[in-house]
This record gives sequence, C-alpha cells and structure tokens, in this order.
Amino acid sequence: MMEKKLTPKQKRERRTLLMSIFMGAGVVGSGLMAYLPLHLQWESLLRPPGALAEKDLLAACIKCGQCVQVCPVEAIFLVDGEGGLGVGVPYIDARKQACDFSCDATQCILACPTGALSHDIDKKEQVNMGVARLARPNACLARLGKGFRGKARGADFDGLHRYMEIDRWNPIKISDHPYDLELCDLCVRECPIEGAISLEPLSEDQADDDKSRIPVVHDKCVGCGMCEMICPVESAAIVIDQNREGPKV
Amino acid sequence: MRGIVQSIKGLLGGAPRKLSQDQITEAARQLHKFKRQPEERKKRIALIHEELEQPSYSFTHYSFKWRKWRWTSIILINMLFVVSFHFDVQLVEGALTASRFVGFHMADLNSALQITLAHKHIVINLVIGTVTVGILWWLVGGRAFCSWACPYHLVSEWAEMVHLWMAGKGWASDLPLDRRMRTVLYVIFAMLALGTGYTVFEAISPVGILSRALIYGAGVALIWVGLLLSVEVFFIRRFWCRYVCPIGMTYGFLGSVAPLVIEYKLEDCLHEGECRQVCLVPHVLEMTKKSRAEDVTMSVGADCTRCGMCIEACPTGALNFKIRGTGGLL
Repeated sequence: MMEKKLTPKQKRERRTLLMSIFMGAGVVGSGLMAYLPLHLQWESLLRPPGALAEKDLLAACIKCGQCVQVCPVEAIFLVDGEGGLGVGVPYIDARKQACDFSCDATQCILACPTGALSHDIDKKEQVNMGVARLARPNACLARLGKGFRGKARGADFDGLHRYMEIDRWNPIKISDHPYDLELCDLCVRECPIEGAISLEPLSEDQADDDKSRIPVVHDKCVGCGMCEMICPVESAAIVIDQNREGPKV
Repeated sequence: MRGIVQSIKGLLGGAPRKLSQDQITEAARQLHKFKRQPEERKKRIALIHEELEQPSYSFTHYSFKWRKWRWTSIILINMLFVVSFHFDVQLVEGALTASRFVGFHMADLNSALQITLAHKHIVINLVIGTVTVGILWWLVGGRAFCSWACPYHLVSEWAEMVHLWMAGKGWASDLPLDRRMRTVLYVIFAMLALGTGYTVFEAISPVGILSRALIYGAGVALIWVGLLLSVEVFFIRRFWCRYVCPIGMTYGFLGSVAPLVIEYKLEDCLHEGECRQVCLVPHVLEMTKKSRAEDVTMSVGADCTRCGMCIEACPTGALNFKIRGTGGLL
C-alpha cells in the first residue's frame, strides 16, 4: 500500500487539528469529570430555605452567592471544587451556623436571581430544608433528665442566634448567652418555628418524680438546623435529615 | 452587512481568506498599488529602520496607555464585588455570574444561557439582568468584557508574559490550535446543559471560579485555574481565551454589531505586523497584511476584545478606537 506523502504544511495542519481535538476533549472531559462527585453522592448537603429539588437546584443556580451575602447570621456557604457540578451552589452547615430565620422573612430566597431558591416561598413556615431527628437519644440531656448550665456550645463557639427577648433586630453570639436550665430544653426553647418540636414524657405511665423528657419532632419542622446547632452535647444528639425533594408548595 | 457576516465567520473560527480584486474597493486597490511601488517600499523600509534604531526600541517599548486603564478597570470591577461584600456596602452584590448593582439585576450572558438551557425556564430576573448587561457590553464592544472586566483575562495576561519570556529563552513554545475548536466546544457545552440538565461549563469556568474565590475565599477549585494557566505558560499561548471560552464567544456576537471598534487606516500602515504579535486574536488583524485590506479604513472584527494592545504596539498610529456611525464626529 502506498503511503500518501504529506507536504510539511499538511503535516503541520494535521498536527494542529489533532492537538485541538486532544485539548478540546480534555476540556470537555474535565467538565464531565465533575459528574463523579454527584454520581457517587459524596456529599449530602443541607441546602438554604426554598432550595429546589437537588437536580433542579444545580440546574437553576447561577452560582453567584447573593444568598450568602444577605444572610444576617452568615449561615450560607458555597460548595468548593470538590463538589463537581455542584461547585458554587449554596449549602448550610447547621452544626456550625444554622439558619435561625433572624432575617424574619427569607432573605436568601428574595436575593436569589434565578428562583433556584423558590420564589413560591415567602414565610419561614413554608420552608422545607429537611427534618430534625433525635439521632443519639442516649446522649440527649432531656432524655437523661439532666439540666444544662453554661454556654451551650462553649466559650469559643462563633455561632449566632437572635434572642428576641434580648435584641429584636440583631443576632448575638450564642457564647454570649449562657443558660441555667433545670431540664435541658434548648432545642425546643430556641426553635424558630412554633410547634415544630416539643418535649414529651418518655411513656404514658412515667413516674411523677421522673423529670426526663424526650424531644419529639412534629410535621411543622422545616429543618432549619437550629436544634442541631444549639444542642450542647458533642456531637449533637439531634440532627437534620436533608430534604432533597424541593419545597412542598 | 457582508462585513458583519465575515466578522462572525472569523469569530466562529473561519480562516481568513484572500480577497479577489473585485472585492476590494477602488480606493483601496489604488492605495495597495501605490504601496507596491519600489520607491514606496524603500520609503517604508527606511522608516522601519529608523524606528528600529531608536535607542528605546524593544518589545517593551509600548506606551501601555490603554493597558493601565484596562488593568485598573479589571481590578476595580472585581474589587467592587469584594468590597461590597466584606464591608457590607451593598453596591454590587453577587459575583460576575450574576449580581445586583445598587439593587438592579445584572447577569452574565453566558451563565444565564447555560442555566436557561439546563433548567428550561425563562426567569424574568435573568432576562432583565442579561438585557442590561448585554446593552452595556454591546456599547463598548462585546468582548470588551474579556479584556476590561474578566479576572481570568488578567491572570492569563500575566501567564502570557511568562510564556513569552520563556519562549524567548527557548524554554516554552506555542502550539497553535484550530480556532474552530471554540465553536465546537460552544455547541457541546450548550448541548450538555440542555441534555443533562447540569451547567457543566459553569463547573469548569475559570471566570466564575476566580470571581467567587475573590469574593468568598479561595478553595480547591483554584487548582483547575492553575492547571489552565500552566498550559498557557508552557504549551499554548492564551489557550482558554483564544480557543475555549464560550463566554468570549457569546460577547463576541454582540461585538459584531457594536458601536465601539478598533479602526484600521491602510494609508498609515507600514505592514510590520507588530499588532498581530501582541493581539489575543490575531486573525482579526488580517487586513494589516500587505494588499489584504478591503478598504482604506476598516473596522476590526467581532472577536476583537478592544484591549487596545494593537494601538499601543502600532508605531504609526494606523490603529485607533472609533465609534461607528457617528460620521467622524467623535
């Protein structure tokens, strides 16, 4: 078989074309690599109020961080590079700083330019980020019948919370607000949603001198994570299970 | 009209082609002919020699009168975002992908396109934002976004300086790629967004990554930016901006009909080609080659980022900023 002789110019052009295909494939390949973290579900993140179902959220979010900027307690962060296709999409680390609705409305939703945080929601009660669950009942102070005295998360904890009775408008550091409770009810006491969580007797025939109670999460829970943040035991006895299905309304 | 079509063809990666004589205007043909005369050639050569003999002559002899404004502009725009967030000034909230400028929606055209394709909803805020941003960048020349606002462009420019210095020492070389590659990638990323429902391009866009890193803090995503820059330093000069970035292409479409352009005057040109050596997209300066200009004055094409480097490089002032359609009033 005869090898076709190529002129130097043709050779150069062929090399350029092959190199272009190689580099182009590299760029597209890098983009597709970003699927891996999602596919393997490396991360299951608590999303801000109003977040659409996970897949729609990633599609609709323009990754600008306006939600981050308006949050008065700075609860929202953007996912870094390891998030793959989710890079730049907001999340909340409730244990570090929960959303406590200090903003009164849902500022992050109002700030979102694309509706990735659904504009259908305008009241905190409509939010559906997840639902609280008593993950370590044996660690729960209330269930052990214990009280709590001191700073809920220690002196070095930076988390903020708005205490209506102290300052209606500004959240303060949790470490600046020590407690002295006969029975620990922090998760119930600081919950921003009325009727979302309550302390109940362990059983119907509980003895009158047995003061231990168990936190029970009700349907109204929106998954803001306030209980997870305030829980004084390490690690938190109560945690949020994320809702990945988007808002109910 | 034919100018715009040619200009968009160039943007899409079409190779510049030699024009037949009847496609060149009479005035330009006369001027080309005049320039080809032996005595005119001698005059030009003498002028170039004179220029070369000037003691200050080197590749760093340019005035950089536009570059200093351009760098200021890039830094200022990006710092506005940073300062607005960190000092809670609320002037420009958000990042380059989308923001509110004193409360008014702004959105990057390409990011908005990607999420519209992925999410398959028309969002009114984005329409407002893209129209505003579109008009602003259309006025100043489309891809002016690249050289006057994009943070990646700035670091890429620095990488280019390192690349050129290294190339001068023989430590790096520039492998040119096929410019049609960007068009192919543009379509692929659009199809990926539409087909998979994920904004795949946004995950690897160094523009978004850099803008967010500046505002919200550095992260591991910067490794990707570093990787791109090292490709540019060692192998392919301005790899991302020249051959890949769909953002540049989106703004390029606006640039094809923008009022602000670089204008070329055939009469003043010595055809040395210095402008093409500094240009990010040298194919737009094809008319500066001998006997190529279609007319005695020409507007530089859509892919041009209006960076002004060719103006700085041109020793005779044959290239300049111009506002089209004002009849020379401006």
